[in-house]
Amino acid sequence: MISFVLRRALLVIPAFIGVTLLTFALVHLIPGDPVLMLAGERGISVERHAELMTQLGLDQPLWLQYATYLGNAIQGNLGKSIVTHRPVTEEFLTLFPATLELSFCAITFAILLGIPAGVLAAVKRGTILDHGVMVVSLTGYSMPIFWWGLLLIMLVSGILGWTPVSGRMDPTIWMDSVTGFMLIDSLLTKEPGAFSSAIRHLILPSLVVGTIPLAVIARMTRSAMLEVLGEDYVRTARAKGVSPLKVVMVHALRNALIPVITVIGLQTGVLLAGAILTETIFAWPGVGKWLVESIGRRDYPAVQGGILLIATVVILVNLLVDVLYGVVNPRIRYRR
Amino acid sequence: MRKVLIGVASAAILAMAASGAQAKTLVFCSEGSPEGFNAAFYTAGTTFDASSQPVFNRLAEFKRGTTETEPGLAESWDISEDGKTYTFHLRKGVKFHSNDKFTPTRDFNADDVIWSFERQWKDDHPYHAVSGGSYEYFDAMSMPDLLESIEKVDDYTVVFHLTRPEAPMIADLSMDFASIQSAEYADVLMKAGTPEVIDQEPIGTGPFVFKGYQKDAQIRFEAFDDYWNGRAPLDRLVFVITPDASVRYAKLKAGECHVMPYPNPADIEAMKTDPEVNLMSQEGLNVGYLAYNTEKPPFDNPKVRKALNMAIDKNSIIDAVFQGAGRVAKNPIPPTMWSYNNDVVDDPYDPEAAKKMLEEAGVTNLKTNVWAMPVQRPYNPNARRMAEIIQANWKAVGVEAEIVSYEWGEYLKRTKDGEHDTALLGWTGDNGDPDNFLAVLLGCDAIGSANRARWCNKPFDELIQKAKVVSDVAQRTALYKEAQVVFKDQAPWATIAHSVWFQPIRPEVKNFKIDPLGKHLFYGVDLEE
Repeated sequence: MISFVLRRALLVIPAFIGVTLLTFALVHLIPGDPVLMLAGERGISVERHAELMTQLGLDQPLWLQYATYLGNAIQGNLGKSIVTHRPVTEEFLTLFPATLELSFCAITFAILLGIPAGVLAAVKRGTILDHGVMVVSLTGYSMPIFWWGLLLIMLVSGILGWTPVSGRMDPTIWMDSVTGFMLIDSLLTKEPGAFSSAIRHLILPSLVVGTIPLAVIARMTRSAMLEVLGEDYVRTARAKGVSPLKVVMVHALRNALIPVITVIGLQTGVLLAGAILTETIFAWPGVGKWLVESIGRRDYPAVQGGILLIATVVILVNLLVDVLYGVVNPRIRYRR
Repeated sequence: MRKVLIGVASAAILAMAASGAQAKTLVFCSEGSPEGFNAAFYTAGTTFDASSQPVFNRLAEFKRGTTETEPGLAESWDISEDGKTYTFHLRKGVKFHSNDKFTPTRDFNADDVIWSFERQWKDDHPYHAVSGGSYEYFDAMSMPDLLESIEKVDDYTVVFHLTRPEAPMIADLSMDFASIQSAEYADVLMKAGTPEVIDQEPIGTGPFVFKGYQKDAQIRFEAFDDYWNGRAPLDRLVFVITPDASVRYAKLKAGECHVMPYPNPADIEAMKTDPEVNLMSQEGLNVGYLAYNTEKPPFDNPKVRKALNMAIDKNSIIDAVFQGAGRVAKNPIPPTMWSYNNDVVDDPYDPEAAKKMLEEAGVTNLKTNVWAMPVQRPYNPNARRMAEIIQANWKAVGVEAEIVSYEWGEYLKRTKDGEHDTALLGWTGDNGDPDNFLAVLLGCDAIGSANRARWCNKPFDELIQKAKVVSDVAQRTALYKEAQVVFKDQAPWATIAHSVWFQPIRPEVKNFKIDPLGKHLFYGVDLEE
């Protein structure tokens, strides 16, 4: 197991170099430069433009810029944002808890609803229930997220008034950020009503962000379950007189979980990269929205550093998923 | 004993509830995150709303809701005969804010003024290079060429010596980049080895004290009790960053915010009848135009330009592109600006006459291009659509135009270099002075920067240069009025539209005024219980 984890960890190095090279190349291939973006319609003289490019180190040959960037990145220095003049790592770390919190709630919601729905659909195969689950999950999967988000805001917040429209906390509650996770910070503060406000603000965005993972998990659970339910050992268990509930939950589900965990891992990776549209609609201060804005401003260090950090997180999640396989399925554990 | 305890507890609860209820908090659903908290580095209104406007003051200020200037940190000023020396008499007893890193030991004085300008101006100033050290507006307003020296006469008198007379000087000094910082705070931070904090945790003399920023989420301000012009009626001001316009509207309706900027044009109709919304509107201080590249034939011929202007149906552009939230432009400056010449007659929409004029000028089968910006701007909410209408209009007079677009940075660069035949662009005023439109956009010096028509007309340029050096407003007005006549006659642009700003606020918000310069100002605003 340990050697397996180590081997996987070593493979991460070429992946990192690939990510740096790719983001560097892409960022510099986009036309326009940060100095022009900052100046806007007002324009800037040629001399001043050259001066600022020198100041930012953007007048050097590309290979040298890349070497400097890579050298600094290895030492953990991702540079400073051209726009805000703050270290990129610091900016990322202020925003990442928001994305993490939202992803965690969304994926929990998706798992808690998706797996039972999938199991139920498989067990009741061909019934109205099965068709219902499949139609709903297909709809969820194909729905444009921004439209779904706005629709929920209009209905749940606008007409019913059950949840706040957007944000993470009631603006009249002033509390300091300690961990960056609203659920934790609101428990640490003495402000009354902070925790319930944090929960209420999380409901809609989690629902929206969790919709696609929910649909994918439900469909994957259903098909994996169907396959397993047809296996000999399930029939044997049934013949032995094991209760139907136990057959499904113990004998079938545990074996069906492998592909489901893969899917959960992949979906978590996607969520951690920041749900750009959802973050914009719900004014959620996460990394996705920040990255898109940085691209618009040609803030090279922010884009390069941000993508590298997100890639790190995704790679770590994948590593975790691999380890989880072993936990769920002893066959994998012993084979290795 | 038990009764006493209950009594004390309920009193405490009541006191807490009362303090909560009494704190008047205005929530502004702002459209984006500020780039930083020092306006000198940036040019975006979003940044000014959150930094220079609530936290700082300038020597002179724009009177709320107008483009006129009034005394700010300078109580009064004298201008020398030759227009090259400005003596400012500073206000006494003005206090700076304090925070956990700094408590001021003295009032505002001349040192703060000198520090604030020299930081941007002098390369050897200890703070010049801090936080990147690029001062966009200071450069854009030609301050490095204009300033000869700034001299402290005594603690409350500062003299600006200029290299040439500059009539818009007071308006320039009312702009956000000219905000006055605390030199004492700067010293404290330099000694602590954290100079960059000055640009992240601002200390000013303004009506609101900066209390904290949660990146991309919230900015908090509290009323400054010792504000020199009287404490703000609000206790707290919170900016909740909400990038999506439909969501801002939903929040306004739900009472989650009191004021929102930039509504969706499509929501305007609903807002007009919404009882939860008080929709204010005013013409913006901007102009959207189509610039002809006057260096390229046949656009070097004013007759051709005039004919093409007459072929454009501006009213359908107002309907289709601005959805009514615009007004046809005939002059290069907006009607809310002083010296606007209302006697100028716009080129009529007359395709037949246009066709004839083109023939007379010997232009047949003209193939050209219309450049359309890739971004949305207040002066042009949909450049692509506008270009399509112009393309169709010109086709009717026998001119084939291809629509060209580039990514924004590239677009600005290429139009600056004059690669276009005709290009759509626009301008939003910085300081309410006509010089800020006419000289910046159409002056001979501005070719290669903001003069996209690359138009240099001697009579026009003489008029605007003369208006720069006389300080008498009546005289300047006459000069600018004449310049507008020359402009219309020569037609370097097709002036398309001035947009109308819509400002939705909740009915309980009182004394809010739309700022013609496009900022959102909260000093003087109140909330009705």
